[in-house]
Amino acid sequence: MKILVCVSKTPDTTAKIAFTDGDTKFAEAGVQFIVNPYDEWYALVKALELKEAGLATQVSLITVGLADADPIIRKALAIGGDDSIRVNLDSSDSFSIATQIASVAQQGTYDLVLTGKETIDYNGSSIGGMVAELLDAPYVSLATNLVVDGKMATVTREIEGGEEVAEAALPLVVSCQKGMAEQRIPNMKGIMGARTKPLVVKDPVAVEALTSIYRFELPAAKAGVKLVSADQVEELVRLLHEEAKVI
Amino acid sequence: MVLVFVDCADGVVKKQSYEVLCYGAALARQQGVAAQALVLGTVADAGTLGGLGNFGVTKVHHLEGNALQHFDAQVFAKTIADAVIGLGASVLVLSHTTTGKALAPRLSVRLGAGLVAGAVALPNTDAGFVVKKAVFSGKAFAHVSINTPIKIVSLNPNAFGISKTDNLAEVETTSPQVAAGRVVVKAVNRITGTVPLAEADLVVSGGRGLKGPENWHLVEDLAKEIGAATACSRAVADAHWRPHHEHVGQTGGAVAPNLYFAIGISGAIQHLAGVNRSKTIVVINKDPEAPFFKAADYGIVGDAFEVMPQVIAAVRKLKAGV
Repeated sequence: MKILVCVSKTPDTTAKIAFTDGDTKFAEAGVQFIVNPYDEWYALVKALELKEAGLATQVSLITVGLADADPIIRKALAIGGDDSIRVNLDSSDSFSIATQIASVAQQGTYDLVLTGKETIDYNGSSIGGMVAELLDAPYVSLATNLVVDGKMATVTREIEGGEEVAEAALPLVVSCQKGMAEQRIPNMKGIMGARTKPLVVKDPVAVEALTSIYRFELPAAKAGVKLVSADQVEELVRLLHEEAKVI
Repeated sequence: MVLVFVDCADGVVKKQSYEVLCYGAALARQQGVAAQALVLGTVADAGTLGGLGNFGVTKVHHLEGNALQHFDAQVFAKTIADAVIGLGASVLVLSHTTTGKALAPRLSVRLGAGLVAGAVALPNTDAGFVVKKAVFSGKAFAHVSINTPIKIVSLNPNAFGISKTDNLAEVETTSPQVAAGRVVVKAVNRITGTVPLAEADLVVSGGRGLKGPENWHLVEDLAKEIGAATACSRAVADAHWRPHHEHVGQTGGAVAPNLYFAIGISGAIQHLAGVNRSKTIVVINKDPEAPFFKAADYGIVGDAFEVMPQVIAAVRKLKAGV
């Protein structure tokens, strides 16, 4: 079984969010970039677990981005994975990105495509579903567990107010979230080894974007907290009832 | 025409679907077109379908069939896409929930339709069709332009609100030929007896400041009094004081309730990312420097073990008096 893991470059979770060029671009100056946590902690580590269990023969990583994404893919390779592909395209349109991933998945005849449940920058939760539709493959979203037995996969996914266990045949696309695996910290051997693992840069296939970002906006600042003294607890309840009208 | 996909669970319309209907109806008024609804599978109560008119749609298309009895993203996406084409809808609206997240991307590809996932407002049509959505885990918004003839919008829960009229909708039930899905559901485990976190209007949440699972009655008692769901911080879930499905924050679930009542949570930026779309945030923390106070609407600097019993008593008193 060959597994393709989709990884995305995102700002660090603690990064200051600001915009430039008339609020049309994310301000990258001084921002540290990381592998999108859902891709790294859950999708990638799950793929590695399947390989360590002897169920997968190859784990490949893919990202869609320009050369500034190379350090991110090397960071992911330090955790694990055999090789990697970067499709040289800068896009914020999910369909354009999914089209590149589907093209690589098809050419490489991967049995399993894993993504994180969403990226922490665009929060679209769209890539996995789009790739599945492009490949005409089944898709299980927001998965918390995955067991592979031959050509069949048993996947547990979150639903509102509970969970659902389902079976599907490979090839399959799964988006992964908490529960799927545990975060791993790369060791020195992994970091050294990542430098020499293959990173193939591919030209994008032609695609027309379905959406474009018009501009960004920061939320209005909070008016400020209304503090109530610890010996006036009834006043807090009164405010929640009469002013905020929430209880 | 604006078509609204109405998500059901076990034949009962989900709460977010009512909000999406209201959003779709408002969008249709803005565009000067009709709003109609699409329901797949059998509904438990016969009056449900016509009653969707209360939320602004004039017609309900109800499709039945064995393959539509249980949710399958591939089957549902194909059926919905056929309906969009067959009915000539120009905009498809659904909710940005677990169902919507599974369906919308497939529909985008199938229909060649641009998707804005996680919308928080009606589109601005001054310069095309531009929809505001939450990005950077709620720390910013993006205004995204959809450049295709058919448009898909999935709405963030609790971003628009629900308003109701007495109007009823015309209902048309048909049974199209639908092939069975390739994902076979083996088991569904629902957590019963509590308010599901994702659907909750009110959330009471506890952090490490509560010192241990034995003190969770302070969270649960308030939640019970006001009908809230319970949640927790990552540290609490990681310590197994509470189940993982209660964890809200960057790597847990995101919530957007009317009230988020945080007890003993410092408010690290990763936690705020999961709760910053809440309408009203209350913070109880003994550390006046806790970052959560900067994101809060109301707060008490004080020991949760002294403050919370008083809060619970005051709520009981309020309820007894009303």
